[in-house]
Amino acid sequence: MSDEQDIILADLSDEELTLQMHDDLYDGMKEEIEEGVNILLGRGWMPYDVLTKALVEGMRIVGIDFRDGILFVPEVLLAANAMKGGMAILKPLLAETGAPRLGNMLIGTVKGDIHDIGKNLVTMMMEGAGFEVKDLGINNPVENYVQELEDGEYDILGMSALLTTTMPYMKVVIDTMVEKGMRDDYVVLVGGAPLNEEFGKAIGADAYCRDAAVAVETAKEFMAKKHNQLSM
Amino acid sequence: MHSDDYLTDVGIVNSMPKIDKVLIIACGALAREIIDLIKLNNWQHMDLTCLPAKYHLYPEKITGAVELAVKKHSSNYKSIFIAYADCGTGGLLEKKCKELGVKMIKGPHCYSFFEGNDKFTQNAENEITAFYLTDFLVNQFDAFVWKPMGLDKHPDLIDMYFGNYTKLVYQAQTENNKLDQKAYEISKKMNLPLEKRFTGYGDLKIALLNV
Repeated sequence: MSDEQDIILADLSDEELTLQMHDDLYDGMKEEIEEGVNILLGRGWMPYDVLTKALVEGMRIVGIDFRDGILFVPEVLLAANAMKGGMAILKPLLAETGAPRLGNMLIGTVKGDIHDIGKNLVTMMMEGAGFEVKDLGINNPVENYVQELEDGEYDILGMSALLTTTMPYMKVVIDTMVEKGMRDDYVVLVGGAPLNEEFGKAIGADAYCRDAAVAVETAKEFMAKKHNQLSM
Repeated sequence: MHSDDYLTDVGIVNSMPKIDKVLIIACGALAREIIDLIKLNNWQHMDLTCLPAKYHLYPEKITGAVELAVKKHSSNYKSIFIAYADCGTGGLLEKKCKELGVKMIKGPHCYSFFEGNDKFTQNAENEITAFYLTDFLVNQFDAFVWKPMGLDKHPDLIDMYFGNYTKLVYQAQTENNKLDQKAYEISKKMNLPLEKRFTGYGDLKIALLNV
């Protein structure tokens, strides 16, 4: 007989359930997360509160343990997958209930690169933090970025690359933005396994982000600065 | 002092003093190939030491580990050569090698120099959806790829990892039926069509010839 007892999520208090959802996210339990989200919504929670207090806070813990080498990529992916399940329920409700928006981000993996795990994590965490994110997907030539920046209303451009051979393409995009006189209109964040802070500075990005959690914090800081400048 | 395994494989009792030799500090994933080349070419002026191949899972560890190894051995050898390409260090290894006064293999990674850096670069645009395997990776696939990615426990993650790939390219350094069979099994596991290319040692041989 197992020592573990099945936990009935619906029997837990709000506080207990929130903490349990942090644990379930940590363990990548998608169905439990979806159930938890529905229970909290059923108890009258605002979608934004479910998102921030249950999901984002849970992913923040996952991010810390990933950074500290306690969790590894597979566990983070499972947690992300669980969060994705919760987000799918919340996303339409967030729009309806006028949840606060911190800013708009355009994100994509650069030309020649098909890797998107990191980019997808950043997208999800940014959305969770209150950013509207348009994902251009993988293998994006400079034209894709420029066209979308011109067509949309963005505050932040995020570029991702996993390969040593593709990361220099980020400079092509930034240089093109400079040529077109649009570079200073955006915060440019870059990330990916072979990148480092020095590289980010060398290509003219505003910041290199080591992981998704850092990307969110960095984006928030830049947006706060922007708002402060506008209010002066 | 060479290990028993080395002597079993290479069978050379090399009396040349270390101080007259070149030390190859290599990625463990290249050990077999470098030992073969040393043996085939009777390069008695070379010694080999390897860093763990698993550093490739954490490329940020490579530069520091190479630096430590160079500092540890540099006073004992005539010169040192680093048998790594950039290998995901984002240029940091190259920078460190320049600083330490040691040379390294050109190119982004072993898939490139085994195929030949020039050829690999030419084909790069058409092959961005290829996942590459070498002899080492075929042999060590489970330990080096499948398990560290958690796919042994969570096979449902496979699309998140490999969903954007369209083919598996096995760059064979040697002709070996067992490895061919294993590569085929891996392609089934990854659900990707397999293409085998015999590359031999490619630019690795050229790099070591010039040491």
